[in-house]
Amino acid sequence: MLTPEEREEIEAELPHYPTKRAVCIDAMKIVQRHRGWVSPESIRDIAELLDISASELESTASFYNLIHRKPVGRHVIWLCNSVSCWIMGHDRLREHLTKKLQIQPGETTPDDRFTLLPIVCLGCCDHAPAMMVGDDLHLDLDPAKTDQVLEGYK
Amino acid sequence: MTPITEKPLTQNIRADGGPVDVAGYERTGGYQGLRKAVGVTPREVVDLVKESNLRGRGGAGFPTGMKWSFVPVGPDAPHPKYIVANADEMEPGTFKDRLLVEGDPHQLIEGMAIAGRAVEADVGYIFLRGEYVLGAKRLRQALAEAYAKGYLGKNIAGSDYSFDLYLHLSAGRYICGEETALLNALEGKRANPRAKPPFPGVSGLFGKPTVIQNVETFCNVPHILRNGAAWFRGLSHGRDGGTKLYGVSGKVKRPGLWELPMGTTIREILEEHAGGMRDGLKFRGLLPGGASTDFLVEQHLDTPMDFTEVQKAGSRMGTGTMIVLDDQTCPVGMVWNLEQFFAQESCGWCTPCWSGLSWATKILSAIENGQGQPGHLDKLAFQAKFMGPGNTFCALAPGAAEPLQSALKYFREDFERHIREKRCPWRPS
Repeated sequence: MLTPEEREEIEAELPHYPTKRAVCIDAMKIVQRHRGWVSPESIRDIAELLDISASELESTASFYNLIHRKPVGRHVIWLCNSVSCWIMGHDRLREHLTKKLQIQPGETTPDDRFTLLPIVCLGCCDHAPAMMVGDDLHLDLDPAKTDQVLEGYK
Repeated sequence: MTPITEKPLTQNIRADGGPVDVAGYERTGGYQGLRKAVGVTPREVVDLVKESNLRGRGGAGFPTGMKWSFVPVGPDAPHPKYIVANADEMEPGTFKDRLLVEGDPHQLIEGMAIAGRAVEADVGYIFLRGEYVLGAKRLRQALAEAYAKGYLGKNIAGSDYSFDLYLHLSAGRYICGEETALLNALEGKRANPRAKPPFPGVSGLFGKPTVIQNVETFCNVPHILRNGAAWFRGLSHGRDGGTKLYGVSGKVKRPGLWELPMGTTIREILEEHAGGMRDGLKFRGLLPGGASTDFLVEQHLDTPMDFTEVQKAGSRMGTGTMIVLDDQTCPVGMVWNLEQFFAQESCGWCTPCWSGLSWATKILSAIENGQGQPGHLDKLAFQAKFMGPGNTFCALAPGAAEPLQSALKYFREDFERHIREKRCPWRPS
């Protein structure tokens, strides 16, 4: 079941588009903001609200990498692996993070603190290597600075 | 005549990175272009932009005024018509639209509202990549200010022109930057590109006429309206009008972004603005405008960075943000990284793309990891051709072929050495 708050936020998007279906990506992002991910149950609930079939919504959901279809940790680390960050030391940073957190990209730490995910170019190539943690952008990273940054996320 | 040191696009962008609010934007002439646009006929707006020689800044360089002129206008035209800003900046190595969106959001809003006036559009969307959290916050604020001031909504600046503008935050995937894929994403579907024709100007978002353009393109429009086409052409060193945001990333002394006259040479951007290579490193080559452009090398450094001249040198200006390869970075590793990106981001629709990129990535991985075979370079050359223009549904795979084919040309000896020595010479053995 969608909460009244989720439903209200989704319905506020409806007047911006001529079809209900067009709101489905916003709707999934709204649910994800509240729950951390989009479960199969949420897919059914959103589809029902927007008058589309659950499988149609599933086809959209499975296309986009910012829609989580599995639970994630409290903080998602998005490590940029595109070319400028690669030149400036992405591999070293990834090795450092996988060793420090004892997880591979795509995995979550056992204490649910961090999920490590790769991300394409974050558009701050003059400050490579870069990553986001949740909504926050962190620039000009090296292993020591990365350790420091992660201390801020409990 | 205005001196060519003028920087209209970045004049409001503060050194501290803070955004300019609507009052600050108006102080430097903001929204005067829109006022002018609603005071003349839509046709006059289109003609002015045509005369300015503004070309699309997303990479393809299509003439903006011409694009606008394809949209049906007049009493029989279908409505609603749409204006869409492609703010899905995700081309690896590109970081220019972030600055415009975060630093001066009203400039984008005004440019879109003027475009809407030119083609008699009703609604606009800013399609912003989801990761641009700060940009989203600032655009929301700016949209609210623009509505409150009557620059958006009903009867803009007291005229008969009405235009609504909304922010849409995307959920990822590079292919959304392809304009017809972006339209499918806005409709809530999978972002597979559409067949063209019909082009979006005739049948775009929700089947209605749509103008879709890059952020930087729209940001030029208010200045053209305010200062005229001749002024805009005069900003440039060459035929294509205006200034350009140029960027440099990689191991140079001062990576960054600069607004310079269109047609500034690669050498000036690289050496004067980016400070040249870091001490101890040698320049080997660069991708002039993002991941999907052909490598250029030493002999091309005096090429002016505009659409025509970079093409003559065998590449494309693309987004104008260069990625520099130095002599301590492995060219094979770099191309492998690029092709992995394209393989991952292929939407999987057409065979040359999903199959060609998957093969290219596997072969590059083998070469980089010491398992290269003598026939591999021919296979890579074949795949680059197979993915090339005319064989695919959209420009993703042809774009991916560009760094691959040019690396095989300029860094062939490095590929051969990997195969011969069965290892990457740049990795410690």
